[in-house]
Amino acid sequence: MIAAGFAALLSHWRYRPLQLAILICGLALATGLWTGVQAINSEARSSYSRAASVLGQDTLQQLQSESGGPIAAERFVALRRAGWLVSPVVEGTLRLGRTRVRVMGIDVFTLPRGAAPLGLSGGGDVAGFVAVDGLILVHPETAAALGDSGLNLRTSLQVAPGTLMADIPTAWSLLKRHDFDYMLLAPDQPAGLAPLSEIAPDLRRVQPDPQGDIARLTDSFHLNLTAFGFLSFAVGLFIVHATIGLAFEQRRAVIRTLRALGMPNRAIVQLLLAETVLLALIAGLLGVVLGYGIAAMLLPDVAATLAGLYGASVPGSLTLRPDWILTGLAIAFAGAFLAVGQGLWRIARLPLLAPAQPRAWAMASRRNVGWTALSGAVLLLAALVLAWFGRGLASGFLTLGALLLGAGLLLPGFLTLVLGLGARTSRSAMAEWVWADMRQQVPGLSLALIALMIALAANVGVSTMVASFRYTFTGWLDQRLASELYVSAGDEAEAEALRAFLAERADAVLPIRTIEIEIGGTPVFLYGIADHATYRDHWPLLESTGDVWDRVAAGNGALINEQLFRRGGFRLGNRVRIAPDWTEEVVGIYSDYGNPTGQMIVNHDRFMDYFPDVPKLRHAVRVPPEDADMLADALVREFGLSPGNILNQADLKRFSLRVFDRTFVVTGALNTLTLGIATFAILANLLTLSSMRLMQLAPVWAVGTTRARLAQLELLRTLGLAVLTWLLALPVGLLLAWVLLAVVNVEAFGWRLPMHLFPVDWFRLLVLAVLAAGIAAAIPAWRLARAQPANFLKVFVHER
Amino acid sequence: MLLALRDVRKSFNTEGGPLEVLKGVSFELDAGQHLALTGESGSGKSTLLHLIAGLDMPDSGEVKLAGADIARMDDPQLAAVRRGKIGLVFQQFNLIPSMTVAQNLSFHARLAGRLDSEWNARLTERLGLTECLGRYPEQLSGGQQQRVAIGRTLAARPGLILADEPTGNLDEDTGDVVIELMLELVSDVNAGFILVTHSTRLAGFLQRRLHLTHGRLQ
Amino acid sequence: MNAKLLALPLVLLTYGALAQGFAGLGTDAEGFSVPEAGRELSFPRDHGPHPDFRIEWWYLTANLKGENGADYGLQWTLFRSALRPEAGEGWSASQTWMAHAAVTTDNSHFSTERFARGGIGQAGVRAEPFSAWIDDWRMTSRAAPGEDPLAALEVFARGPDFTYDIALTASGPLVLHGENGFSVKSASGQASHYYSQPFYSVRGTIDLPTGRLQVSGQAWLDREWSSQPLDPDQTGWDWLSLHFDDGAKLMGFRLRSRSAEAFTSATWIGPNGKTTSYGDGALKMTPGRLQKVAGREVPVEWRLQLAEHDLDITVEAINPNSWMHTLVPYWEGPVTAQGSRNGRGYLEMTGYE
Repeated sequence: MIAAGFAALLSHWRYRPLQLAILICGLALATGLWTGVQAINSEARSSYSRAASVLGQDTLQQLQSESGGPIAAERFVALRRAGWLVSPVVEGTLRLGRTRVRVMGIDVFTLPRGAAPLGLSGGGDVAGFVAVDGLILVHPETAAALGDSGLNLRTSLQVAPGTLMADIPTAWSLLKRHDFDYMLLAPDQPAGLAPLSEIAPDLRRVQPDPQGDIARLTDSFHLNLTAFGFLSFAVGLFIVHATIGLAFEQRRAVIRTLRALGMPNRAIVQLLLAETVLLALIAGLLGVVLGYGIAAMLLPDVAATLAGLYGASVPGSLTLRPDWILTGLAIAFAGAFLAVGQGLWRIARLPLLAPAQPRAWAMASRRNVGWTALSGAVLLLAALVLAWFGRGLASGFLTLGALLLGAGLLLPGFLTLVLGLGARTSRSAMAEWVWADMRQQVPGLSLALIALMIALAANVGVSTMVASFRYTFTGWLDQRLASELYVSAGDEAEAEALRAFLAERADAVLPIRTIEIEIGGTPVFLYGIADHATYRDHWPLLESTGDVWDRVAAGNGALINEQLFRRGGFRLGNRVRIAPDWTEEVVGIYSDYGNPTGQMIVNHDRFMDYFPDVPKLRHAVRVPPEDADMLADALVREFGLSPGNILNQADLKRFSLRVFDRTFVVTGALNTLTLGIATFAILANLLTLSSMRLMQLAPVWAVGTTRARLAQLELLRTLGLAVLTWLLALPVGLLLAWVLLAVVNVEAFGWRLPMHLFPVDWFRLLVLAVLAAGIAAAIPAWRLARAQPANFLKVFVHER
Repeated sequence: MLLALRDVRKSFNTEGGPLEVLKGVSFELDAGQHLALTGESGSGKSTLLHLIAGLDMPDSGEVKLAGADIARMDDPQLAAVRRGKIGLVFQQFNLIPSMTVAQNLSFHARLAGRLDSEWNARLTERLGLTECLGRYPEQLSGGQQQRVAIGRTLAARPGLILADEPTGNLDEDTGDVVIELMLELVSDVNAGFILVTHSTRLAGFLQRRLHLTHGRLQ
Repeated sequence: MNAKLLALPLVLLTYGALAQGFAGLGTDAEGFSVPEAGRELSFPRDHGPHPDFRIEWWYLTANLKGENGADYGLQWTLFRSALRPEAGEGWSASQTWMAHAAVTTDNSHFSTERFARGGIGQAGVRAEPFSAWIDDWRMTSRAAPGEDPLAALEVFARGPDFTYDIALTASGPLVLHGENGFSVKSASGQASHYYSQPFYSVRGTIDLPTGRLQVSGQAWLDREWSSQPLDPDQTGWDWLSLHFDDGAKLMGFRLRSRSAEAFTSATWIGPNGKTTSYGDGALKMTPGRLQKVAGREVPVEWRLQLAEHDLDITVEAINPNSWMHTLVPYWEGPVTAQGSRNGRGYLEMTGYE
């Protein structure tokens, strides 16, 4: 009985292969985009955790100097001789050509087991590692980026991209240092040692950081991606819901028959559940494959984004990971059951003789449209409240969600209203019919249209945000990069000679000093700059006191960047503690786009008073712009500076913009994919409805309209609906952009951007929307134009 | 001569091979003449009606409507014939669900460019639909829906009215009322009328009667 | 004490040193000094390190008894290994250090290890006043002025689950193995410089998870250095040091070979310190009962025969599971000897795969 019943239920799909295809495609697409995004996130997260676990930073305690400064090398030996199992680490950054790398010096002899990046027991080339001019371990991608660096590189997948891992003396010679930044404490220390507070009172224990800074910083980006993935999933789910709901309605007759023949309702529900499991499994597997493809395609750009925005290193290649494969399948199941739930519920409670109502299913009642619109309005109100009173990134995304969903729910009501108004303008019977028919189609198509609207609104919103950002960023670069050349010396002696060399050749040589300090528990880069018109005339200040530059010049005030201003909650006039005995009043706030961390600027001399040992290596050089190239050449040719140490303003701007543009390639790609899915949703909806449409079109055909004309009108109607949907999507998208710029960006990146409007983009999107709807409507319309009269006649008679 | 059929043949492809439904049907109908077409289920009477209405094409033979052979027409010409010269009433009513009763009633006439509001109003009254003009088809009873379908056809005043089991979905009493009303109105517009029915009782209401058996007239 | 000969090459192997030219360790000294027959050892100078040789060790084993009468074994070893013949300086010094410490009871074996680079003071050996150390582990001379620095020592080590602190006093002279301290290791001539101080009596404390206990007994210190200790065919060794109840002592080893009979060597030490060296074949070492330890079969019972002294004894491990879970793993633990003479001592076995 069960087998026969299952066969009867499944035969529906053989009878309607297109419906089956749409169902599986929809679920696979939804799963695919979700999985793709998850795969990207999972790849990035694993790379962060690899970075965080380097040298056991995620599990091992560290010893750091109380004053934040370096630790003398002898301290390490002294602690070892006292019995403490510690291992020293030196860290720094190094510019090699155009590439900035992080250098980590380690001592393989004392590295706690498990912290070793190369594995003492794993046959790593330790002898070569600890040799004079020893091996430097790098990730293959970093090795490729460095090219022919002249360093003794050895590739290793155990090292995070962008990091050079070397023995202590090798790292020292690269970084020109002779001390340590911290020491790792082995987890199991022998018993009976003298306490650290007695033998090293100036060192403090720092707890391990299981997450890592990068993971925290990039959270917002991944939340963003996840939101996009979820959006796509939701859009895809619309397709599945629409299709599966119809299939259930169409099978009511079969189900009634099965029950009449004595099959228990419970068994039928179980069979339908089994069918859903089967469908979810097939679609889920397809989706995972699709997701892998999407992720593999997008990952290089995501990697570029993460590097550009956060300085996080993520490899550009994808690994198959069980976690996202499993979540992909899980979400396929969740999606399928979510879509099936309503249908199953109805079947479970179906009176034996209830008539099948596929048409009623598709044509939700007018009252329903009213309720939908009402809930949409409530959601929009919630979005408004959230935008006003909400705090934090999650609230920002909730605002976005409420806004999109609310507007989506409002769409059917909006369309019904507009089409009702349109009908009043019609003069001919045909026009009247077209309006009326369009209006009638709204409930049936509403899910697909909502999907389209969400996709369009997301598109308007994100592209407005990106374009506004780019516009602001370009202007900001012009202000911020006012000096013609930026020159770094390799060491103090070279810097000294450099200043002498430049003194007669440049209008001004402005020293740039920097040190990493900690304010309120987060790292902040403190800069010391000289008083010069370059800053007074150009620096992009958002807020300042009237005498801001005089105050800074007098060593009596500090500038902070927008990120520190927002995150640290500082205001003009607040005093910030820079060192134990140094506080400074905030006299200005400047914009600092693309920088993940806090920054602070003080007077150069005052900076040097407190941090006399900070190397004096970096300089901004002012020359007439036309002389910049010549001077750069001279620095290389006559002075012998390596070209990598000279950055030309124009190159720097070009480079920054290129990084910027790559940063948003992913967003663009996801946008397009979402739009593609919405297109498919419309196509799916039109195709599933087409058999019912025939019933509605046949009378009009019978009273004297050609099939071709009907097909034209069908196409036109869909395009009309698309245009109307776009019309509503536009204001929603702009609201979305506002939320992104004024709420989400502030929370995620720490800066607020002014919004600019780009109407040309809107019309480009209109063309896209019409194109999408046209493509979706073309197939059903074409099928209609080519339909045999017999198909129409079936509507009129069931006998021949 | 309003309608002349000569040796009309039609077959359909079925899984068991071609099935000849009409095996050479010929008859004529004058303007204003009423004809009942009877036959068993599957005798081909609906097919014959569809061929006359220009909804389908014969394999061979002539279907001349007011002198023009509709078997030789293309799609737009056929559509024009259906719009201007023929009125159709089906068992399934086939109203346009998205339009009100008033819109449905005037729809065909407006398409044909022949809307006469005075006649329309009278028709509405005669059909007893005045109360329902603002409603939608799904809000009407079966009898009411069929009256709307009849009204839609008559409002356009076509030369030939074709009805396929128009009372098949109605109970007998309602059916009789509908048929009588229909015959009355058809006479008013002086149209030719073909009623397809399997009921000999209904056929009795009409002047002339043809019986179709296995694709042939008797 | 050639037992240790393989230990360092193995360390270097795991260090990936093969690629750096250590592959030929067994035969080629590559710029390092080579042991020479006839080189006269001089003390206290030769107690200190010989950085121009590739490998070297200070290797102490002790057979102890607790107040409770139970047997304890104890090991303290410092290995020196040079990465290059050039000395180097500070953090770039070419010397590296590795140390093992262990405590064995009749049913437990505690072992741990340390590593350090030379040149920075974390580990090293100084001849006078004698001291060998790594981290807080140390072997320091307490000898009176004029005495041999090794005549009295303090030895300390500590691991995650044990600590020991012992004082040693020698009651006999230093003992030179082979030909005045030139010890041949294979038929093809590989050799090392090798001397011992086997006459220690020991007092001290051991801290174990079960508590602190006072111990006393005997100890044996080995000193050995070389640059090309093994023949490429040699796969491992079995080494023994025995204190007989009558005051005589025996050092013997057996180098197993892939291609030939095992190569044996022995030194008989009279109670007064008078030594007799025996070349290949004189000492017969026959493995007996095998025990599964750390996933491999190891002989934990041996028959030893040395015809010249009418020696025919059975040597048996006190704790068959004396496995060193160190980076370079091997078997090392206290043994008892019974037969024509009775006594106790230490057994080391390496190269059992």
